[in-house]
Amino acid sequence: MAIERLTGEHSMLFVRSEQLFDLARRHSLWYLSFGIACCAIEGLMSTSGPRFDFDRMGVFPRSSPRQVDVMIVAGTVNKKMAETVKRLYDQMPEPKWVIAMGSCASTGGPFREYPNVVLGVDKIVPVDVYVPGCPPRPESVQYAFIQLQKKIAKRTEERLAARNG
Amino acid sequence: MNGGSEETLATGVLGEGRHDPGTPPAGLRRAPAGVDGLTTEHLIINMGPQHPSTHGVLRVLVEVDGEEVVAAEVSVGYLHRGIEKLAEYRRYDAVGTLLDRGDYISGMMAELAFALATEQLMDVEVPRKAHWLRSLASEINRITSHLIWYGTFGLDAGGMGQFLYGMRDREALLDILEALSGSRMMFNYIRPGGVLADMPTGLDAKIRAFLGTFDQYLDEHDQLLGGNEIFQARVKGVGVIDRSTALAFGLTGSNLRGAGVDFDVRKARPYAAYPELDFEVPLGTNGDAWDRYNVRMAEMRQSARMIGQLIDGMPEGPHMAKVPRIIRPRAGEVYASVESTRGETGIHLVSDGTEHPYRMHYRGPSLFAAQALEEILPGHLIADVVVIIGSTDVMLGEIDR
Repeated sequence: MAIERLTGEHSMLFVRSEQLFDLARRHSLWYLSFGIACCAIEGLMSTSGPRFDFDRMGVFPRSSPRQVDVMIVAGTVNKKMAETVKRLYDQMPEPKWVIAMGSCASTGGPFREYPNVVLGVDKIVPVDVYVPGCPPRPESVQYAFIQLQKKIAKRTEERLAARNG
Repeated sequence: MNGGSEETLATGVLGEGRHDPGTPPAGLRRAPAGVDGLTTEHLIINMGPQHPSTHGVLRVLVEVDGEEVVAAEVSVGYLHRGIEKLAEYRRYDAVGTLLDRGDYISGMMAELAFALATEQLMDVEVPRKAHWLRSLASEINRITSHLIWYGTFGLDAGGMGQFLYGMRDREALLDILEALSGSRMMFNYIRPGGVLADMPTGLDAKIRAFLGTFDQYLDEHDQLLGGNEIFQARVKGVGVIDRSTALAFGLTGSNLRGAGVDFDVRKARPYAAYPELDFEVPLGTNGDAWDRYNVRMAEMRQSARMIGQLIDGMPEGPHMAKVPRIIRPRAGEVYASVESTRGETGIHLVSDGTEHPYRMHYRGPSLFAAQALEEILPGHLIADVVVIIGSTDVMLGEIDR
């Protein structure tokens, strides 16, 4: 990002619009308040509670898929649920990211031997960050959001590099 | 438009003519039905599985006539992951990991029910200290679960502050549970034969420090949510589950006690350290959402009282009986139940003498509450639906298993 500081009392920011939007995006990652199972308590409720308080990172729950950037898949996805998860992902506006929280969403977890369970949500929707744990601690989810912010920053640079050269 | 669809317009698809607009059911406060003699088209609203107020993945099809709910259909199975079947392939000391993920905000109770069932088929005498630690873990877990219910029930009614205060106290209790069992939520602490580990040094002082402030905090919680006039208007007289309905649907726990039925497994079939503890079973009178709220708040007070007694009278001795590394109970069929946060959680266990259970049935009390929703939702306004679902405190991991 090219910041040119001019002399005097005014300073200017020379930046491409994508860079500015992505800067805003990665500091206001709103997630879908969509808890499936146990991970929802740790990943969606404890995180918005007073101890972990994701609000300070700009991470905030919204109830409608039309208003969110991130979907945290928090729990076991079974075959009856898979259709809904896919539909919710389709309803989210671009650009959108998915965090597979916990063993169940990553691989099927302790229930992977059961035929009704989808072996990882990446069979249905593309996943950006996997969080290990059963359930992961809220700190892990915080780390996942930091990784996602890095991923968005990298994406901006790649897009600009592709255009320039 | 043929005759069939006209009939659908008048009676609806889900209702099948069960609801007569002329005679509103008991508990209906308003809804001037048919003032102008016009019949409006019924509308079916799909609520869930993604809905912030269904506490998981409950799906409710609500048929409305204007603002009034005419019929409701509860659809479950969005979290079915085969806990009962997978238990047939786990060893006895590992089944607890599955049951933790059943009722996932009060995992200790289901573990305890399974341990009690297994011990009936084993020749083992559980040490006295293990009984007390089991009760201690259960009661701490009951408060954490009720605090989650307290926070989310307020969210359903439109408040936000009580959620933050409830989560603050819950985090303090989760620290205690983590020190006790090693995990914040998925404990696998109560095993057949006793408990996994003794209390770490200094934990009793930590629990006492928590109890020193908790009664005052609980009064604050009660003031914050229950003292709110808007909240009272939302819950008083709403979602009445009367005595006969509660008994007919097999409800247990706070939903049953809110209707005034004095049934608590801790008193009716005492287990663990409960015969030696002094506690009361709070009861409601009308069975509306306000009664269920008050019963749960009073239960938290009783749990805090019991935790104090358990810390003061904690016996010395081993925390685990001598059990073989691979548990092979004798063949037989037993049922054991505990009073979990939501009611009677029972484990029906069939053993064939091998190292895996032959069959395990997990009786979750939330399933019965979810079935009763179909009976109690009709007649209310659509805005009351989330409050009623919140007041029954259903847990989807336990319904779908």
